[in-house]
Order: sequence, then structure tokens, then C-alpha cells
Amino acid sequence: MNQTILEMIYIAAAAGFILALKWMSSPATARRGVLAGEIGMLLAVVGTLLRFEVVDYTWIFAAFLLGSAIGVPLAYKMPMTAVPQRTAISHAFGALAAALIGVAEYYRATPDRFVMTALAAEVLLGFLTFTASLMAFGKLQELLPTRPITYKGQNVVNLSILGLAFVLGMALVADPSRTWLFPIFSLLALTFGVMLIVPIGGADMPTVIALLNSYAGLSASAMGFALDNKLLIVAGALDGSSGLILAIIMCKAMNRSFSNVLFGAFGQVQTSSIATGEVKPVRSASHEEAAEILGSAQSVVIIPGYGMAVAQAQHKVRELFEGLTKRGIDVRFAIHPVAGRMPGHMNVLLAEANIPYDRLFEMDEINSELEHVDVALVIGANDVVNPAARNDPGSPIAGMPILNADKARTVMVIKRGMSPGFAGIENELYYMDKTLMLFGDAKGFVAGIVKELSAVHA
Amino acid sequence: MKGFEAGLFVFMLAAFLGFELIKRVSPLLHTPLMSLTNAISAIAVVGAILIAGEKDASMLSRILGFTAVTASVINLVSGYLITDRMLKMFKRREGVAK
Repeated sequence: MNQTILEMIYIAAAAGFILALKWMSSPATARRGVLAGEIGMLLAVVGTLLRFEVVDYTWIFAAFLLGSAIGVPLAYKMPMTAVPQRTAISHAFGALAAALIGVAEYYRATPDRFVMTALAAEVLLGFLTFTASLMAFGKLQELLPTRPITYKGQNVVNLSILGLAFVLGMALVADPSRTWLFPIFSLLALTFGVMLIVPIGGADMPTVIALLNSYAGLSASAMGFALDNKLLIVAGALDGSSGLILAIIMCKAMNRSFSNVLFGAFGQVQTSSIATGEVKPVRSASHEEAAEILGSAQSVVIIPGYGMAVAQAQHKVRELFEGLTKRGIDVRFAIHPVAGRMPGHMNVLLAEANIPYDRLFEMDEINSELEHVDVALVIGANDVVNPAARNDPGSPIAGMPILNADKARTVMVIKRGMSPGFAGIENELYYMDKTLMLFGDAKGFVAGIVKELSAVHA
Repeated sequence: MKGFEAGLFVFMLAAFLGFELIKRVSPLLHTPLMSLTNAISAIAVVGAILIAGEKDASMLSRILGFTAVTASVINLVSGYLITDRMLKMFKRREGVAK
């Protein structure tokens, strides 16, 4: 095909991707954005298939069929609670593709030094994102222990692996014909990906997934440099910056730095230093009492967390929302940026349960209003409502922005038991005089409240 | 402009554009945004097709190319479909019992 026409098709594809991101800014236009992205991708694929270099279609179409046969069920069968896992495994596939293309390019013909630089970046980012995403998938799917695993000298080991990979990469750039270095280089990248995720715990997953999203994009961008293809550079750069911004937002929402998330191994040290075993009194309440308090409130703010996702309680929460709204009670949802296991996780679950999105409020929007609220109902959230972040400078989460649930007139917390949260930090919210602990499974307890409410109503 | 400088130029502009666009995305949609950019990163399929469809490629190239096309098509198909599936669920108050 004519080279100019091909370039035009690629430019149109890039425009499609840019429009896709632009239209994602609001729920009203977001689906149009997906369509723009799909058209962009279609143009890119068709344009590439028509290139004169592409002569053998058997393998390509076989791969298209196989990929679709796996991809379609992956999109439709996944329950919404499993979206973080799906995203992680999808990052793994994308990064694997980029890395393998880099490997193939390297062995096809010895590259010059410039192409080698791009290939080294592509392969390093691709392979480390591949194994890191698989590890993240394993942890999110609970095939691997979700607890952060740490050992002495971990950071030294990890940084040495990365450093060694860098040195080998530079040696390859200095002389790309050192083919024996290439497999070692790839192996180090694969190993580093695994080691990077070993010390990451559940609460850090949102940041890490966003970061892996960014790496997968940058790897595609590096491929664009190696193949001298601007479309790849643009699409990769868009993804790279997107993942990076999300990761920064997540870090800010936890008042932590990147290096602290990646190398800080949150949660491990604190468990030993803080869990003192001292038993403090708490007030607990039953379904009936909870229903009565909620039913006589004027305004309720529900604060969901990962526990709601685990218990699959979102549909029961919708019933509660409807039951209370019917009585004229103002019900809102307060969403902390790092609630759940990936950015925006809670919003998707509540949307799935048919809760209108104009009832979902970001932390900054609702925090100043929480003190005027009658009941704050915390469902499966812990650290994001821990007042220690505000009050106790010695706390491991000191300075982390939290939802001010403790300012509400009454606080109710649905929780399985008194075990401290993921980070092993005591939550003083549970011991306040105005707090009622509702012990039980989130789904079962909310169902109980809903039943009581409708019984009273009838 | 040579390929490399032009490439860097394009990269820089696209990265800044990306920052500006993503900053405007409401946190409400961060999960679908992530699966959309994930699908866009399946653009690696372009490189994969070039490797898999090359004339007289070596066996290694064929296998790598085939695997890479498969992996990026999985990414592409599932990424776009699930993004749309998620976005369909975001509704305003009408249609929800009041």
C-alpha cells in the first residue's frame, strides 16, 4: 500500500485514541470515547495488515481467532468484583506482547545502537511488567498470599537486580552483537518484576496497578522508537502518562511517595509494634437497632471499602439505599480514592448495583459536610476512616487524607470482627462513644437491616 | 528531522497531551479509564503483525509473532468490551426507583 496513505491511516488512528481519552472525561460521553478508541484500533490493524511487508496471513488470523476466543469471555464472564484481577492479567498480556516483539526484533537482525537502546527499554519494561502483573493478579485472585512478604535486605536485592539489568542493557547498547547477554538481560527483567510485587500488600494495589498500566504503555512507546512508528509512540505515551497520573493520585490519597509504596513494605513492621492486645470496650448493635437509627435519620452517608467488594454486598446496599430514599432520607456515598483494589473500584461496583452516579461523592466534596450528617455507615472500610491519620503523628498512616466519618453524629461500622485492618493499625473510630459496631458479614448484615426497615414500613 | 528526534518530539507532545486529558477524567471513571488505556496499549499488535506476517521469517520469529499477536488481541478485545460493559452501568438518577 502507498506509504502516504498508510501514514494518514495511522494519524487518524492516533486521533481516535486522543478523542477516546478526551471523551472519557464525563460519563455522558464516555461510551462515545470507547467507540473512538475502537475505530482507532481498527484503522491501525487494517492499515498494518495492508502493508507490503506483511505477506503471510495464516499465523496472524489464527492468532486473531485465538485471542478473541480468550478475550471475549474474559470481558463478559468476569464479575465486576474481579475487575482489578482482570486489569492486572490484561496488563500482563499487553506487556508480554511488547516484550516478545522486542525479542523477535533483536534476533531478526543485529540492531544498530539507537534501535538497541529502544529495544532494551521495550524488553526491560515489557518483561518486568509481565511478571509483575502476573504476581499482582495472583495476589488479587488470592492464589498467592495477599500479605506483603518482606525479608532483610530486600531492597538491596531488588535494586541490585535492577542495577545489573541496567548494566547489561548498556553493554548491549555499546555492542548490540553480544547476543549471549540478551537472554540474561531478559531473565533479570522477568525476575525483577516478581521481586517488585512480593512486598506489596492489598492496600497498595491501586498504586501498583496504575504504575504497571504506565509501564505497559511506555513499553509500547519504546517499541515505536525501535520500529520508527509514530502511532506506537503516541498511543504508548498516552497510556504512560495516564497510568502515571493515576499512580500519583493514589499516592497523594495515601500521603506516600512512590518509593515508599514500592520499597516501603507497608504493614509488616507495624503489626508487631502496634497490636498491643489491650481490650477496649466497644458498643455493638443488632439489625433492629441499626435499622431504627437509620430509619429515623434525615441524612445518611455510606462509606464503602474493599470489604463490601469481598462480601459482594453492593446489591444489598442498593436495596438499603432505595429503602431509605423512599422514606425521604438523603442518602449519599462517600468514596475514598484508594478504597478497593484499583482506582475507581467502588464507583464501578456501585454503578453495577444500579446506584445513580450523582449520589457518589469524592472525598473533597463530602468531607466538609460529614459533620452535618446524622449517620455515617462504614461498610468494609477501615484505614480510610481512621482518625489516627489526622490526630496521631506517630501513626504509620499519619497525614493520609481520610473521610471524616468520626465527625458524623452517629457512626455505624459493619465489620466481621475486631481484628485490625490490613495495615494492622488500631482504629480509634471503633471505640468512640457515638460509634456502634455492627458485627457480621457485610452482605448479611445489610440484608438484615433492609428486612427490618421494610417490616417497620409495612 | 531524523527518525529519533522526530520520535522524541512526538513522544513529548503526546505525553503532555495525555497528562492534560487524563487530569480531566472524573475519579468516578478511573476504573473504566484504566481498562480503556489498557486496551489502547494493545497497539503493540501493530508490531506483532509485522513480525508474524513477515516473508520468510525464521521459526523463532513466527512463534514469537504469533504469541505476541494472540496476547495483544486478548488485551484489545477484552479491554474494549469490558470498558463498554462498565460504562453502560453508570446511570443518572432517572431509571432508578425514587
